[in-house]
Amino acid sequence: MNITELTVHELQEKIRNKELTSYEITKAYIDRINEKEKDVGAFVTINENEAIENVKKIDEIIENGKLDDSTKIDESNIDSSNNLAGIPIGIKDNLCTKGIKTTCSSKILENFVAPYDATVVEKVKSEKMPILGKLNMDEFAMGSSTENSAIKVTHNPWDLDKVPGGSSGGSAAAVAADMVPFALGSDTGGSIRQPASLCGVVGLKPTYGLVSRYGLVAFASSLDQVGPITKDVKDAAILLNVIAGHDEKDTTSYNMPKKDYVKSLKNDVKGLKIGVPKEFLGDGIDKEVKDKLYEAIETYKELGAEVEECSLNVAEYALATYYIIACAEASSNLGRFDGIRYGYRADDIKDLKDLYVKSRTEGFGDEVKRRIILGTYVLSSGYYDAYYKKAQKARTFVKKQFDEQFKKYDVLLTPVSPTTAFNIGEKKENPLEMYLADICTVSINIASVPAISIPCGVDSNGMPIGMQLIGDRFSEETILNAAYTFEQKIKFRENHKPSFKKN
Amino acid sequence: MSVSKEELLHIANLSDLEVKDSEIEKYLKNLDDILDYVKILEKAPIGDLDETIGANDNVNVFRKDEIKNFDNINGLLENAPGLENNMYKIPKVLQ
Repeated sequence: MNITELTVHELQEKIRNKELTSYEITKAYIDRINEKEKDVGAFVTINENEAIENVKKIDEIIENGKLDDSTKIDESNIDSSNNLAGIPIGIKDNLCTKGIKTTCSSKILENFVAPYDATVVEKVKSEKMPILGKLNMDEFAMGSSTENSAIKVTHNPWDLDKVPGGSSGGSAAAVAADMVPFALGSDTGGSIRQPASLCGVVGLKPTYGLVSRYGLVAFASSLDQVGPITKDVKDAAILLNVIAGHDEKDTTSYNMPKKDYVKSLKNDVKGLKIGVPKEFLGDGIDKEVKDKLYEAIETYKELGAEVEECSLNVAEYALATYYIIACAEASSNLGRFDGIRYGYRADDIKDLKDLYVKSRTEGFGDEVKRRIILGTYVLSSGYYDAYYKKAQKARTFVKKQFDEQFKKYDVLLTPVSPTTAFNIGEKKENPLEMYLADICTVSINIASVPAISIPCGVDSNGMPIGMQLIGDRFSEETILNAAYTFEQKIKFRENHKPSFKKN
Repeated sequence: MSVSKEELLHIANLSDLEVKDSEIEKYLKNLDDILDYVKILEKAPIGDLDETIGANDNVNVFRKDEIKNFDNINGLLENAPGLENNMYKIPKVLQ
């Protein structure tokens, strides 16, 4: 048995049947990380010693049978088989972890150790899940290829010369390379779904407000959302069960009854109404990507879903809106990095203003500076109405267009990324071209709705192609079931594996 | 309309960032490219639509006004780049 190839729900079963201990699982992952990290470069920090130490304690608890009491979740409608004790996880490096560095892959936070846990990290720890480490990303989650990391380059496990996507590129690459069983990412404009698509794994961006953002280092607060990156859809539902829920520390989180997302996986889409917006399958989308999407549509028809073409002309407006709103919010959010209370401080300074300017100029990378400047520009007097105000109105327009679609359809089906993974270095010098890589994903964040990315095939070079299923607000159950049913039919994981090839 | 060098330097100053002479041209080109792209919004049928300010409709979210002491003050202070007698140390503000 190859432990690291198993999904989380398979690992749960092995622990329950006493075929595996959590030590054996975590040790297998540490060995795998040590074997593959030099090729993939997914980790900013590997938390080997602490993970091993924790897992020994967890095994003792499991052995003594005390686990059920200590991990009981209050919400009584959560199935107790959803027990994750002893199953390790990887965390994107913009989620605060008490005692482990949280760098956001930035020089400015290179040595930052958060004094508290993000709410999602607290939840993971209370499930008694050991943390394998912190995963690489584009600096402050700004990017679509993880090349903007100030720490290292992450390589796509399906072809090491290609990018893993971004910004959660470390998380997606680590899951694809079996270096973690699953991971947490964050998604502001596609940062969970696009790397999941490029790495052939599953990524879910929940509805804005379903998961607490407390302790997620803020990029664009009205768009950011934490979500799972996993090997399959069931694992995504399992991890969503852990992280979803109201948190009084995040005033934008929703207070509503907790659901069991695993129960929503029915393996049945008969009568499900799927709309395919024709604008998302236009000229800018690679032919091989389109062909796989059309195959997926046929599969859904075979499975009994009602699929029809529809019109949702928002992608370009949403992308323009996104870069205005996200940069504006970032320019404000990143004002806190001033070299005073934490983070990088420049040497050789004259006065306080000089300290701010030098620390920020030396601490931030190019893309971050570019976005702060763009964001400050669109918020500055004289340009506010022309850009920021217009973008906020366009945001209303995008939301309304989605509302109209969800009167007719349960799910919308689109590509995730216009192409499969591109080469490392290919788009790095052209920011606008890089931004266009987000054309299919940003409108979902602008409209605050949930979407899942799942693999639907590979191109002629063997690179994975992703499909995006979008649902109405808080309809995660619908898109998870639609994704699960498709996955059970095409069995992507059984037919395709990353090759770690290199030219 | 393109961004002028003066505007760029003004914005950089507001952002507490320094743009070196050698970088000005690159920044201006990148900004122009992006601002050019977002012009597409001029065609968007947004007429008299309201602005969307937040991502959801939660308003006036309150919690009980209770003092909760933060239990990891050392963890907080350990991140400070300059510290003296458990206080943040910064350059002189008044010369």
